[in-house]
Amino acid sequence: MFAAIVLLVLVLGTVVFHFLSPWYFTPIASNWTSMDDTVTLTFVMTGLGFVLVNLFIAYCIIKFRNKEGRRAEYEPESVKMESWLTILTTIAIAAMLAPGLLIWGEVVTPPDDATEVEVLARQWNWSYRLPGEDGQLGAVAVSHTTEDNPLGIDPSDPFGQDDIIIYDPVLHLKVDQPITFLLRSNDVLHNFTVPQFRVKMDFVPGQVSYIWAEPTAEGSYDLLCEELCGVGHYAMRGRVIVDSDETYAAWLADQPTFAETQVGLSTDMVAGQAAYAVCSSCHGVNAEGNKAMHAPQLAGMDAEYMKRQLRHFKRGVRGTHEDDAWGQTMAPMAMMLADAAAINNVVSYIDTLSGQPEFDDGANLGLSAAVERYEPSASGDPTKSKALYESTCAQCHGELGQGVWTVNAPALTGLEDWYLASQIKNFRDGIRGRHADDLYGLQMGLVSNTMTDDQSIEDMVAYIATLENPQQPVKLAQQK
Amino acid sequence: MEHVAHDETSFVRPAEVGEMELYHPKTWLGKYVFSQDAKTIAIQYAATAIAIGMVALVLSWVMRLQLAWPNTFTFIDPAYYLQAVTMHGMIMVVYLLTALFLGGFGNYLIPLMVGARDMVFPWLNMISFWVYFVAVGLLAASFLVGGGSTGAGWTLYPPQAILPGTPGSEAGILLMLASLAVFIIGFTMGGLNYVVTILQARTRGMTLMRMPLTVWGIFVATILALFAFPALFVSAIMMSLDVLLGTSFFMPAIMTMGNEADHVGGNPLLFQHLFWFFGHPEVYIVALPAFGIVSDLISIHARKNIFGYRMMVWAIVIIGALSFVVWAHHMYVSGMNPYFGFFFATTTLIIAVPTALKVYNWVLTLWQGNIHLTIPMLFSIAFLLFFINGGMTGLFLGNATVSMPLSDTLFVVAHFHMVMAVAPVMVVCGAIYHWYPKITGRWYHEGMARFHFWVTFVGSYLVFLPMHYLGIMGVPRRYFEITGTSFLPDSAQSVNASITIAALVVGFAQLVFLYNLIVSAFNGKQAPSNPWNATTLEWQTEHTPPQHGNFGKELPCVYRWAYDFSVPGVEEDFIPQNVPPRNAQA
Repeated sequence: MFAAIVLLVLVLGTVVFHFLSPWYFTPIASNWTSMDDTVTLTFVMTGLGFVLVNLFIAYCIIKFRNKEGRRAEYEPESVKMESWLTILTTIAIAAMLAPGLLIWGEVVTPPDDATEVEVLARQWNWSYRLPGEDGQLGAVAVSHTTEDNPLGIDPSDPFGQDDIIIYDPVLHLKVDQPITFLLRSNDVLHNFTVPQFRVKMDFVPGQVSYIWAEPTAEGSYDLLCEELCGVGHYAMRGRVIVDSDETYAAWLADQPTFAETQVGLSTDMVAGQAAYAVCSSCHGVNAEGNKAMHAPQLAGMDAEYMKRQLRHFKRGVRGTHEDDAWGQTMAPMAMMLADAAAINNVVSYIDTLSGQPEFDDGANLGLSAAVERYEPSASGDPTKSKALYESTCAQCHGELGQGVWTVNAPALTGLEDWYLASQIKNFRDGIRGRHADDLYGLQMGLVSNTMTDDQSIEDMVAYIATLENPQQPVKLAQQK
Repeated sequence: MEHVAHDETSFVRPAEVGEMELYHPKTWLGKYVFSQDAKTIAIQYAATAIAIGMVALVLSWVMRLQLAWPNTFTFIDPAYYLQAVTMHGMIMVVYLLTALFLGGFGNYLIPLMVGARDMVFPWLNMISFWVYFVAVGLLAASFLVGGGSTGAGWTLYPPQAILPGTPGSEAGILLMLASLAVFIIGFTMGGLNYVVTILQARTRGMTLMRMPLTVWGIFVATILALFAFPALFVSAIMMSLDVLLGTSFFMPAIMTMGNEADHVGGNPLLFQHLFWFFGHPEVYIVALPAFGIVSDLISIHARKNIFGYRMMVWAIVIIGALSFVVWAHHMYVSGMNPYFGFFFATTTLIIAVPTALKVYNWVLTLWQGNIHLTIPMLFSIAFLLFFINGGMTGLFLGNATVSMPLSDTLFVVAHFHMVMAVAPVMVVCGAIYHWYPKITGRWYHEGMARFHFWVTFVGSYLVFLPMHYLGIMGVPRRYFEITGTSFLPDSAQSVNASITIAALVVGFAQLVFLYNLIVSAFNGKQAPSNPWNATTLEWQTEHTPPQHGNFGKELPCVYRWAYDFSVPGVEEDFIPQNVPPRNAQA
């Protein structure tokens, strides 16, 4: 009896939970409402079956449980009943299968008016490519993939020259326009999932898979990798922004073609030096940094990383959090750099600086700041953080902290310990890297969550200080 | 009216060949360590499987702790988490459930239930266990090597399984592949033994259609395994070659850590097809023995014949056959040609029909029965709840369109745990409580067993039911943590926490279970030889526990099917299979 009651409670509890709990699909934002309908149909049919069969079991337990003098029936089989059950079950199953197959037919055939977007997934970030004016994507190959050509486009293919390159994890789409996503990976398996679109598909290196959807609501949606792709899998996040026609057109106009990314910006060192004058008041004449001003040493910092951060400061992606006082100081400084050329000039100039403080000029610089500038972390224990560095950090930043360009991870060696510690804390505490467009920042935030107390960050920084990078930091790939 | 039981004959043909000679060990080592007695081997298999299974249980706590309270337990970093996920899955599916059902229950029950003295190849049987033992040792060794065990997910998909960026891509993956290959070698020895014993060593009168469903389930599962495991074997070898010799079976041209890798032309999907050609039958390798055993438990403890025995046998055979043509339903979103979806969705939903019929027949066996709510019966009812639930969600995931939004989410995890983890484990527990008095000759502690049942039953449901809804919300599987999305409410975290609490409670209840089993084997009260009034031959042995050779001087003769319960006109509510008709008419 008790068993029957517990069974009834669990079964009816399941039904109540289904209807009363707040947990269900996130609202749909694509054409695939028919997919949601098949889910509902399956819920209704299987739910009925689940409840009825279990109620019958509970009834049997109550009615036919052992009592004094009770004896079971002897009934080896009933062909008639078994046949009826077979037929009814087959009908019910066919009723679920048939709509499924019909809609699957739509899933596998993109409509004629669908436009194409290529999505390139790799450990652990996203980039995109749109066909240019010729409407065709150029040929690609892993062997063409370099830091300057991160998507591996064949430079000799004329179709590829006008391809639009979006070397950033944020993709914009036009509302009510069917899109076929061509999915390409150049390392391991990945998966393209926007939960609000419902459809998803894996990337398989060596081939191009596809899935299509028509975004039906403007908004900003998370893009997730849902096929295990290594240690950074859970932090491989991207963003899809569905725009109105006008906003989309404006965004698209800003994106460079492949040919444009290959020309490279001409560098004007004189302009760079002039622009750096502003920077030097905090970061030092030789880019040696000034801890008192919370200005990190820039000499030796990865050039592509600096360019990306300057863009982020300019666009308000970084330096806008209310608790990020130093970031807020930096943001208006970055505004003084008018465009990509100006950013390129100043970063190129920084690249030439020695990073040596000018002690002769100590009075000008402020002697206390110069002494305080580099202060080895006294409290960190590198042996405690070695395992975490090797299992997690090294997957992107490299065993030797040299940085790995394909993951957009800058070199860590050459950075000051106080600066590293303050940035890891900022990532962890959500002060940096939580802007919707800063997906690499989110990635760092998720990973630095594993360092729960400040001591573990000190330990990590102390371990990074022991790393000896045999070569100059590998440069990050060219953006825009 | 004189009633004739369902399948009763008074004639049993005479023996055509002499009995097999058994090797009787002379040393302690020969009797308890390198034993050739299937019953001892069964206990060795079961003890090893449960021991490594406990490791996997602890690994599930590691996962659950991280998911419920992210970054609270600092020893769990993303790499360790993935290693726990991977090893938990692989151990539970292969090294626990497969070994326990076939090596454990198969070895113990096949000879006894078909009326044989032992397996037909006892020496090979002994080697089979020790090869399995080595496989478990290799698996355990991978926890200790540099870089640790593999964290590629239990599916071990290349390329990532063998590339930097995945935990254990140095030595861990190679040990895993080696362990699987060794496991399969050992299993093949045992498996051939089970099949040949069932086909050749049944006692007189034990026709195939009189075998208990337990034997049918194990029989068909073993045949499936013999056909399915080779696919895994070759993929393990091929992947090892990709690592060791630089071949490119599964490796196309790719980048790794910023550089071009030294591979070209291979296909990662080939591995997935091979893996699931093994992997889907594997589900039934675990499920079919559970189906068979639970049929017998329900029948015996409801004192009623299994309803529709012939249908049950054919359903097992049909499910087994169909299980070889549904594998790519694991690959709807894998990037394979999506047109395959039509075929595999159809075959997958067809397999639901014989499966549903089995459920009907279990339930109809309860109907008009005389249900004794013994511990094995309680576990059987629990099995029904979990299996029906997991079977129903299978209809979501088997149907390509419906599965798409749910693929790769926790809905999948919840589904397969319901249907092929918790449901078979309910049967394992029920079966252990059912046969324990025969195996040890003693009773377990009833109160502890009931405590174990209620906590496991209710607790497991509280673990896996809400997990479906995390998946529906869109929580991906194999995620170290899920913060930083805009579509998941904070309450998802509280669901995760409640799941973990339930999982920890269920986990600790298993310690009570093991304690009860071990202590009662020495201190339990003496059990009679046929405490459940069961009909099958293992309960009709001269000694309890049965001695080497199983039966007395003469092997039993079988006159009827295994389900003569409550036959009208017979005073007792059961007639053992070896009782000839004239006695039954008394």
